[in-house]
Formats: sequence, C-alpha cells, structure tokens
Amino acid sequence: MIWWAVLGAGVACYLLKLAGLSVPARVLEHPVVERIADLIPVALLAALVAVQVFASGPALVLDARAVGLGAAILLLMARAPFLVVVFGAALVAALVRLV
Amino acid sequence: MSEPALDPRERSRIVRDGLGVGIATGTYGISFGAVAVGAGLSVAQTCALSLIMFTGASQFALVGVLAAGGTPLSGALTAILLGTRNTLYGLRLAPLLDWSGARRAAGAHLVIDESTAMSVTRTSTPAARVGFVSTGVTIFILWNAATLIGALGGRALGDPRTYGLDAAVGAAFLALLWPRLHNRRNRVTALAAAGVALSLVPVTAAGVPVLASAGVALLIGALWPGPDETEWPEVDR
Repeated sequence: MIWWAVLGAGVACYLLKLAGLSVPARVLEHPVVERIADLIPVALLAALVAVQVFASGPALVLDARAVGLGAAILLLMARAPFLVVVFGAALVAALVRLV
Repeated sequence: MSEPALDPRERSRIVRDGLGVGIATGTYGISFGAVAVGAGLSVAQTCALSLIMFTGASQFALVGVLAAGGTPLSGALTAILLGTRNTLYGLRLAPLLDWSGARRAAGAHLVIDESTAMSVTRTSTPAARVGFVSTGVTIFILWNAATLIGALGGRALGDPRTYGLDAAVGAAFLALLWPRLHNRRNRVTALAAAGVALSLVPVTAAGVPVLASAGVALLIGALWPGPDETEWPEVDR
C-alpha cells in the first residue's frame, strides 16, 4: 500500500507540474482561484505542524515535541538555515526526553 | 519570446546564484531521508519519493501523515494537494521558459519553489532558462544524493524518537510555512487551519484533520478579498 501511495502521489505531483507548464494561464486566472491556491499550502502546512507536534494517535498531548517546536520558532526568528532549524528542534526534543 | 544571447558574465552570475541556492536546498534531503525512514518507509521507498515526486513539502507531508498513523491514501492526497502550488508556478513560468515537447516534459519535473524563485523574476527567456535549469538540476542531484545518505543514516540510528526525529518533522513543516506568514490573511489561515486540524484529531481517523484543513483555505480564499497576486517562494541565498 505504501508503494502505491509513493508512486501514485509521485506521478500525480509530476502531472500537476506539467499541467502548469502546458495549460493556458487564463484557465486559472480568476482572483478567487489564485487566492485559494496560495492559501492551500499555508493551511496544510499549519495543520501538519499542529498534528505532528500535538497529536499522539487520537489524543492531544503536550510533550517533548512541543519544546522542540519552541526551539524551531526561536531558530526561525534568528533566521537560522533550514537544516539547523530541523535538527536543532530534534536535538532539543531528544535532550528533554533525557532529563 | 526571442532575445539576444545572454551576456556571458550575466550568465555565470545566474549560474552561480543557482548553484548557491541549489546547494543550500539540496542538503535538506538529509533531513527528509532520516525522517522518512523513521516514519517506517524503506530506503527504496524514500529514494523513490525524492526521484519521482521531487517536491519537498509534499514528500514531508506524505511521510508525516504516515508517521502519525494516517492511511497511505490520506498521505497521498495531502501530498497531491500541496503539489498543486507547483501548477501555479508552472503557469507563470510557461511563457518565460517557452519550452515545448520533450524539453517541457523534462523541465516540468524541476518546477519547485526554488527553481521558480530563481527564474520567475528574470526579464528574458535565456536568463530565465539558465536560472531555472542551474537551480533545478543542482537541487535534483543533491536532493536525491542527500536523501539516500539521510535514509541510510536514519536506518542505522534505530528508534527515531531517541534522537527527537519525530519533533524534526513538525519543525520542517514550520520552516516551510514560515516565509508564507508575511501577511495577516495567511497568518489567520494558518492559525484557523491548525485549530481545525487539532479539534478533529480526537474524532476522525489520522490523516483526515490535515486534509480537512484545506477547507479553511477554500473558505478564507473565497470570503477574504484583497490583493491576489500569486506569491513567490523565498529562498536562502
């Protein structure tokens, strides 16, 4: 099943890119469509942050991951590069679990 | 479009910028490889994602939903929804790159945040192509090599929780979201989407909360008037 998701979503993502280069721009040139298209990644990424950090199965929890997220916010505010943010958050969460 | 050939100095400057952004971005692949294996994907599945899907946010989304216990279908749908922004990039790039046939088919694979950012602001087709290809190809090579390294390293590490890799996924999504929080509409959308997703966690199957949050984008996009210029991604330089 995971293979189907990997291959199916992979090919679909390629076709979405190809569609952009191929269809005439006016097809999507409606202000509301453009606005929604800009907001979809914002909504999905925010939801992914929330679920990754505060969900454990069907339960909402506050654990080391939330501390890791706090570290990520501080690193982003300090304009740290992507890898520093990601592994910095992991390191902080790992340290919290040690103590 | 037809323009005079690109000035060699201008060309090498664009290539240098492309390489810089490509190196900075391609190395993220290490974190993707480590996180994907930690989420339960095999090394082969992890590498297949970077080769075929090749769009970071969608790849992280697929493995993130799986790691949270979501079905492969909900993971795939989330990845595809996130991939729709590449369609918008393509729309804007098409007249600038001015490719058809096999070149368009090959170029399409490289339509991602960074290659778009490095080409959409160019004023001529040759300059846009050089920016697009130098950035896209550098990232493709490094992203895939780094994915393999991260995946092998992640497998050697064992339990991802010991190293906080489960926290790394949330941080990765936040880092991808961060540059998009520059106006109030986007910040309100982000907070509302996070709230909707969390409120659904206890009552729906894993994977559904994230998909449902796309409804927030539909609602706010339809009801909140304002400037509607397509936003271009920012890149580390």
